[in-house]
Amino acid sequence: MDTNAIYVLWLRDMKRFVRARSRIIGMLMMPIFFLLGLGLGLGGLVHISGTVTYLEFIVPGILGMSLLFTSIASGTAVLWDRQFGFLKEILVTPNSRASVVLGRVAGGATTAVMQSIIVVVISLIIGFHMTLTAITPLAIVFMVLIASTFISLGLTFGSIINDFQGFQLITQFVTLPLFFLSNGIFPLSSLPWYIQYISYANPLTYGVDGLRGTLIGASTFPIWLDLIAMLISTLIMVSIAAYAFNRADSG
Amino acid sequence: MPAVSVKNLSKDYGKFRAVDGISFSVESGEIFGLLGPNGAGKTTTIKMLTTLLKPTGGSASVSGFDIALQKDGVRKNIGIVFQDPSLDDELTGRENLNFHAILYKMDRKKAEARINEILSLVELTDKADVLVKNYSGGMKRRLEIGRGLLHEPKVLFLDEPTIGLDPQTRRHMWSYIKKLNSTWGTTVILTTHYIEEADYLCGRVAFVDHGKLVALDTPQSLKDKLGGDVLSLSINDGVLAFEKKLKGIRWIKSMSKHDGYLDLTVEEGEKRIPEVILLAGKNGVKISSVSLHKPSLEDVFIHYTGKTIREEEGSWKDTMRSIRASRNR
Repeated sequence: MDTNAIYVLWLRDMKRFVRARSRIIGMLMMPIFFLLGLGLGLGGLVHISGTVTYLEFIVPGILGMSLLFTSIASGTAVLWDRQFGFLKEILVTPNSRASVVLGRVAGGATTAVMQSIIVVVISLIIGFHMTLTAITPLAIVFMVLIASTFISLGLTFGSIINDFQGFQLITQFVTLPLFFLSNGIFPLSSLPWYIQYISYANPLTYGVDGLRGTLIGASTFPIWLDLIAMLISTLIMVSIAAYAFNRADSG
Repeated sequence: MPAVSVKNLSKDYGKFRAVDGISFSVESGEIFGLLGPNGAGKTTTIKMLTTLLKPTGGSASVSGFDIALQKDGVRKNIGIVFQDPSLDDELTGRENLNFHAILYKMDRKKAEARINEILSLVELTDKADVLVKNYSGGMKRRLEIGRGLLHEPKVLFLDEPTIGLDPQTRRHMWSYIKKLNSTWGTTVILTTHYIEEADYLCGRVAFVDHGKLVALDTPQSLKDKLGGDVLSLSINDGVLAFEKKLKGIRWIKSMSKHDGYLDLTVEEGEKRIPEVILLAGKNGVKISSVSLHKPSLEDVFIHYTGKTIREEEGSWKDTMRSIRASRNR
């Protein structure tokens, strides 16, 4: 494994993150609007069983959503980057394709996690109650795993699809169902049984559930199950991305 | 051992043959040019030689390493400047170079000295810590060429190094390329569809058309082969008939037609003009203008391929390029 390439790609994302303030604000707009609109606006009308308020229920869901959206976008950016960007320069250096994939995942995941932490802070300001326990720090692990899974998915798309036309269509065809079938904005139990089964195959379901367990102390599945499911999905998705990426340029 | 040796290299995309059995070899220290219209297969050839594309036939070696079997060996020994920019706009010039040094696992101290040396070669020392997005087109290209040289490659590939640059900046780029070739003895292989560029820079030029190599020699011998002067006649109609009439005339060494022009290669061209006009008059052919010039590489290209080197239709990549270019302005 070429750690140099992983390091360079990660460092590049960090520098870009720190420099592009307008982009950070842009990326934060959507989760903030969802927080205000759903958490505060809809929150007064919706009643979730148990002691959890709707705002508390939905903050992990919005975190999952923003992780999903930014990760897929950062993964698919590879298409542009490969044609007109810095990535092409890396592809001709003596570094393995797998380390390029890992570097992109590392950089994108760090960026996505930093962004999520900002979202958590903002939600605390508008009234989100976090339940601090010994497993709360695990939330960061869940963020990393969600980001890694979906950056890899984006990378796979970016490697398979070769033109910009139809690209957005495919991304949206995948992104929105992944989000709506993830128990992010409503509990799984409110869905018909056959759709629930589809949700069980969605990694984001376990990611959001894990965030819920670690942040508000209430989850559908046991935390260890969420963690194992996310670890497996990350492993599978990174491998698929490395395979697709490697195949794409030997054309 | 030649710096680059190419044997029967081919690349098929389904039924379309982009590169069709190209063979040539480049000696160490040469500036070698692949000249041809867009879509002729130059970039595809470069992509194969730089391990970015897998050939579908033939073989090639760069610095003694096989491009299909010893990719890392090739990659360590080459530098590349792509047709499309591959800098990170949101990093400074120095950071771009620094990242490159890390990617090639260069020693830190050595890299630092080398980066300064490169920056002064491409005259960007005082802009080194400015974000690349604030660079002009010419500065970006210079930085890319500098970056391609950073790890002391034996062979530098330049794919259309001056595309999109204004004529003055283009001349500057040429002097940089000559300078680096003479300073470090780096072998340079470049593709271009600019005649003057190939003529001015290259020790040897290969003409590429429809994926095939149609001629290969020094610019001077290519021009000498044509011999004499080129008489270019602009004819509105009757080109074909006139060409038939002229066939067999002893002092016409060769003829070629391209978009309304009939080019004759003749000795002592100025003396033949009245004769040609007379012949045209006799045959009822209207010549609207005549020009006489020493053969250029363009004439040689027309001689071999029957067409001029011209831009092809724009693809989506060109569209993206122009979007980027206007953004950067």
